[in-house]
Amino acid sequence: MTQHERSHDRPQGRLHARPMSPHLEIYKPQLTSVLSIIHRGTGVGLAVGTLFITWWLVAAALGPGPYETTRELYGSWIGQLVLFGFSVCLFYHLCNGVRHLFWDIGWLLEIEDVYRSGWVMLCASGVLTFIAWFIGLSL
Amino acid sequence: MSLESPLGRVRGLGTAKEGTGHFWHQRLTAIALVPLTFLFVIVMFAFFGADHARAVELMGNPLVATVMLLFLLTGFYHMKLGMQVVIEDYISHEGAKIALLLCVTLGTVALATASVFALLKLALGS
Repeated sequence: MTQHERSHDRPQGRLHARPMSPHLEIYKPQLTSVLSIIHRGTGVGLAVGTLFITWWLVAAALGPGPYETTRELYGSWIGQLVLFGFSVCLFYHLCNGVRHLFWDIGWLLEIEDVYRSGWVMLCASGVLTFIAWFIGLSL
Repeated sequence: MSLESPLGRVRGLGTAKEGTGHFWHQRLTAIALVPLTFLFVIVMFAFFGADHARAVELMGNPLVATVMLLFLLTGFYHMKLGMQVVIEDYISHEGAKIALLLCVTLGTVALATASVFALLKLALGS
């Protein structure tokens, strides 16, 4: 099935029956591309997560009542699930972010290093997430 | 000698509308967020199980408040820059792109303001 392109010379956007080369459907997923899009995904996830941080702060500022309600909500199983998801995003984005910063300096740009650092980064974010929850749940 | 056409000069700096500043600020906030994120997580541990009185006490601590403020402000700015790139990449319809960029920018400012005010209210007491 051919895909259709939007015409850019008309800002209102009319679909023209113009065939496009397949890209996402056929390109082989690799560690490089997968880790990259996950970095973007975790970034967006964290952005959504900041809403929950702001909510918690505002609830605290409103007083003990709203604060306790929010605490109960965040402590519920669904709250903990969201919190876990947020922590996974946080540590992944942090570790991969450091990898990005290395690239910006010009380090680890050889393909072997990209793959090796990719695996190291995944382990690091897993370990950090585990440690954080281990400490958190023991408090 | 500018390589831009007259129309290009009038319309601004190419598709992204800016470049170097965005790139550098994104890296700057990223570098700051490495230690700040760890500090934020540690602060969050301190708040575990804290009732409201304890929360007020904690936030009143200048170190806690400073870490939180720095993390929030740096994070919100980093977030705004990041979301801007994502929107510019995926939204080709000019009107929708501008609308979403406005939402993200204004939304981030609103969230940041609410967070900072709430934090200060908690820390300074009332």
